[in-house]
Amino acid sequence: MADTPDKSVERKGGGGEVARPATVRPYESLIPKRSAVADALAPAAGFGVTIKNFFSRTVTEQYPFETAPVKPRFHGRHQLNRYPDGLEKCIGCELCAWACPADAIYVEASDNTPEKQMSPGERFGSVYQINYLRCIFCGLCIEACPTRALTMTNDFELAGPTREGLIYEKQDLLAPLAEGMLAAPHPMVEGTTDTEYYRGEVTGPTPAQVDWVAEQRPDDPTLEAGRRRAGGTSAPATASAEAPAPMGREPR
Amino acid sequence: MTVTAPKPPAAGQAPEPKPDGVTFTIDGIETTVPKGTLVIRAAEQLGIQIPRFCDHPLLAPAGACRQCLVEVWAPGRDGKVAKMPKPQASCTLTATPGMDVRTQRTSAEADKAQHGVMELLLINHPLDCPVCDKGGECPLQNQAMSNGRSQTRFVDVKRTFPKPIAVSTEILLDRERCILCQRCTRFSREIAGDPFIDLQKRGAMQQIGRFDADVLGFAGAGVDGEDGAADGTLAFDDRVFLGADIPVGPAEDDESGSPFASYFSGNTVQICPVGALTNAAYRFRARPFDLVSTPGVAEHDSSGAAIRVDHRRGVVLRRLAGEDPEVNEEWITDKDRFAFTWQSAADRITTPLVRDRAEDGTRGELHPASWAEALEVAAHGLEQARAAGGVGVLPGGRLTVEDAYAYGKFARVVLGTNDVDLRARPHSDEELAFLGHAVAGTGLGVTFRDLEAAPTVLLAGLEAEEEAGVVFLRLRKGVVAGRTTVHAVAPLASRGLERLDGTLLRAAPGTEPEVLDAVGSGDLADLGAALGAEGALILVGERLAAVPGALSAVLRLSGRTGARVAWIPRRAGERGGVEAGALPTLLPGGRPVADAAARVDVAAAWDVEHLPAEPGRDTAAILAAAADGTLGGLLVGGVDVRDLPDPAAARAALAAAGFVVSLEVRASEVTALADVVLPVAPPVERPGTFVSWEGRVRPFPQALTSTAMPDHRVLDALADELGVTLGLRTVAEVHADADPLTGEWDGARVAAPDVAAAEPPAVAPGHAVLASWHQLLDAGRLQDGEPFLAGTAKRPVARLSPATAAAAGVLDGALLTVATDAGSITLPAVVTDMADHVVWLPTASAGSQVRDALRAVPGDLVRVGPAADGTAADGTATDEEVTA
Repeated sequence: MADTPDKSVERKGGGGEVARPATVRPYESLIPKRSAVADALAPAAGFGVTIKNFFSRTVTEQYPFETAPVKPRFHGRHQLNRYPDGLEKCIGCELCAWACPADAIYVEASDNTPEKQMSPGERFGSVYQINYLRCIFCGLCIEACPTRALTMTNDFELAGPTREGLIYEKQDLLAPLAEGMLAAPHPMVEGTTDTEYYRGEVTGPTPAQVDWVAEQRPDDPTLEAGRRRAGGTSAPATASAEAPAPMGREPR
Repeated sequence: MTVTAPKPPAAGQAPEPKPDGVTFTIDGIETTVPKGTLVIRAAEQLGIQIPRFCDHPLLAPAGACRQCLVEVWAPGRDGKVAKMPKPQASCTLTATPGMDVRTQRTSAEADKAQHGVMELLLINHPLDCPVCDKGGECPLQNQAMSNGRSQTRFVDVKRTFPKPIAVSTEILLDRERCILCQRCTRFSREIAGDPFIDLQKRGAMQQIGRFDADVLGFAGAGVDGEDGAADGTLAFDDRVFLGADIPVGPAEDDESGSPFASYFSGNTVQICPVGALTNAAYRFRARPFDLVSTPGVAEHDSSGAAIRVDHRRGVVLRRLAGEDPEVNEEWITDKDRFAFTWQSAADRITTPLVRDRAEDGTRGELHPASWAEALEVAAHGLEQARAAGGVGVLPGGRLTVEDAYAYGKFARVVLGTNDVDLRARPHSDEELAFLGHAVAGTGLGVTFRDLEAAPTVLLAGLEAEEEAGVVFLRLRKGVVAGRTTVHAVAPLASRGLERLDGTLLRAAPGTEPEVLDAVGSGDLADLGAALGAEGALILVGERLAAVPGALSAVLRLSGRTGARVAWIPRRAGERGGVEAGALPTLLPGGRPVADAAARVDVAAAWDVEHLPAEPGRDTAAILAAAADGTLGGLLVGGVDVRDLPDPAAARAALAAAGFVVSLEVRASEVTALADVVLPVAPPVERPGTFVSWEGRVRPFPQALTSTAMPDHRVLDALADELGVTLGLRTVAEVHADADPLTGEWDGARVAAPDVAAAEPPAVAPGHAVLASWHQLLDAGRLQDGEPFLAGTAKRPVARLSPATAAAAGVLDGALLTVATDAGSITLPAVVTDMADHVVWLPTASAGSQVRDALRAVPGDLVRVGPAADGTAADGTATDEEVTA
């Protein structure tokens, strides 16, 4: 096959298409000739760069043993933020998905109900997915977000062994509960609307919210911190809530 | 008013004005439009977009929102073209000769006026677009961008209302978003005729109102309308006394003081130009940019209403009315709009199922099987059943015309029988003759446009609002325009007939032929003359099949007066099935089975030697033959056993049948008894064609990606397994096969039926004649999984006349028990002005499954009396109570 040359093809004589240059010039280097001394020292001069770097500052990053800091405004993994009382900021409006040029975000919204109030107002994002295989970290979603629910963190470690794993779900994106926040769902602060939340007038959980959570979910791990935080505003309510809580009050 | 002669136009060229045309100028472009055209429409024709909210082409002009202001110069009395002092609303302004209209494109004044109106509208509009369902498809959003200020100057506190009000379980009203365009109130008043409530209050507090006893002075309600829950102010039984139709779920009171009940309220959500009206089912579910829209055709009635199916990731999220001026204009019923979850219900069958039978014929469990195995078992079983007496085919009335054709061809070519009948409802041989004579193969007959233009319409056995909602709207359009007079042969004047301003020809069930024959003589001489007018129509419902002699009388009346007849069945597939020959006496295209030439015709087209010659059995006879073993097996399509004239006998027949193959979308009573269940695709997962009652072909594409197969493909595969090539794999193949046959049949048609009317039964004391029809929203299986819609259904009640109620010893609002030997139904009685010795029940509503519980059809005698003990306090007996 390959080692048997095809003998049927004859070399064409004459080669009429391309003309030969009339004369062949011998090769001449364009690099200027060095002196004999320079030629002799050339190897040492080459090592000179190496040797000079023995004494300069090291730039090697010890990643992943030491995580390299990025600039504060680095566009990293997204985060879904919470209000200070623990309710989610996301209202499921899908403006982030709309803004996304890479079609990386998928949102489904649902109704807030008195039994399950996840965010202030009528609507919350029940499904929230960001596909990090698609995301180009442009930040247009952050600009689109009307409640500042979606922001970006500095986390850039977004790699994984599976494609599915790189579709981050809502629980992967939600900001962790800060100290004193009460895990949703729970009612909004009494007498407020989503406007007050948006204006930043809600600064933490209230005793009524703590009571509600204590009644519905006595074992909620955020209850203690929430109660401490809420206690500052109304001590008696907190105290009354504290006594029966460990017993696990029956839901009404 | 004298029309000023048009002045010679300022700009040189003058197009020849049409005889009744009006020539005027918009933005310097001269145009000629028919007299009476609104300026905003004339501008549309020129491609000039004037912003608007309240304007809707199908509603009367209102000039409510003032967004369409334009600068207008018009000739005055002196003939000089002078500027009107203020900008004019172009949606209420008819074009006059010589008028010079300048829109926002050419007039700074119009542009400034529009910006001003937009700013005013937005003052109290909450900017909650991120949570509003309308966001992304909102005319207010779009026009605020195109014709509004980019920055708000409003710094005060906005007016707010508590949100949202549940007008009904389905419709939610968010008053703070409302811009008072009155599209919803105008639709309810002008189109549907069931107004909820009009504007209330003035100035900044003006709002789409709620029922307020202080305002409306309704004597029965002593509550204020501020925030009180509307339900519970009157006990249910008290409300029944009002005689109105009460919805099942809670609803706000309408302006008559009774709870709002409408079958068309979903249209207000669609035409609302802001997010003030939303519906509970779609609330917060999706954004328009998520959705993929596919045109479709509603599968719930025979009107073939155009719809739009919006889906995301393989899930249908909503359906909207499509635009088809010839059919449904822009309106559909709530059932067409909201009842789609059945197609993805949890009991969908996704794989073929096969049942093992013991030697003695007792049934084992259904177990999933591969298609190959299931088809083989089904083919083997059908082969044996064919040998053991034959196989009856019951396709059901909900199929596309392709499927019905496939069932008909399968029965005749593969099974060698004419035992195929799509009528899963009370039926008769008279009806077969009527369909063969007057319906099958007649092509496009009476149309929706004929309905609204008809001078006189006689409804016989048809309750237009309940059984064909779009027909009702078209009839009402003609009535409101003063063109149409409606008469109805029925035992009682329903609310739908009242809204048609109709005349009731009172007829107890069974006496319809008598009344129809009397038209044209005696008291009804005028009606006979009116039906003789050009364009007069007789609309016949499927229920008339159960009345001996009625369809014969209809044809006699038509022959006598010249009025055209249209048959309006309830189900989407009935007309198509008649055309496709899924009937025991009809081949495709209205060819009679009894006609040898027709058989030769079809046999040649199907490439078989001959077709079975003797007419087949109808549905009842097929079931009877299956029960007594004359037939070896059954092939059943989309049939709900409860729809059949005698469900108990049908269950017995299915249980007794030697072999049952069921092609079903969802698990049903038939699949529970079937030996092989072959899953088929619902309309949203397949392409197909419905034929509307008009005879109009309504093709629809496949909306969702799916591996489910339509009936015709499954039947084709089954025929393959039996060694016959049907050639019906795809829709294109079916049409290539069927279309040559569904053209004109030039041979003899089936002779008109001439059946004598039955003698009305003697009504003994304590008895009454049963009258019944389906309500639009009831316990039907195609409405499953939609609780919000179910809440807007009318509460089932029993209706009877004062004399009948007195004779039965039942007070208005008390519980009435209607019984036969088979069972009883207990419902609250509503004393209605209607024929005596008649009791009316909804056919298939919750707690009132007439055929199932009573084994009776309209015209049968039933016993009536007060409920034995005060059971079913809420007025609805459960099925168990009914059958117990």
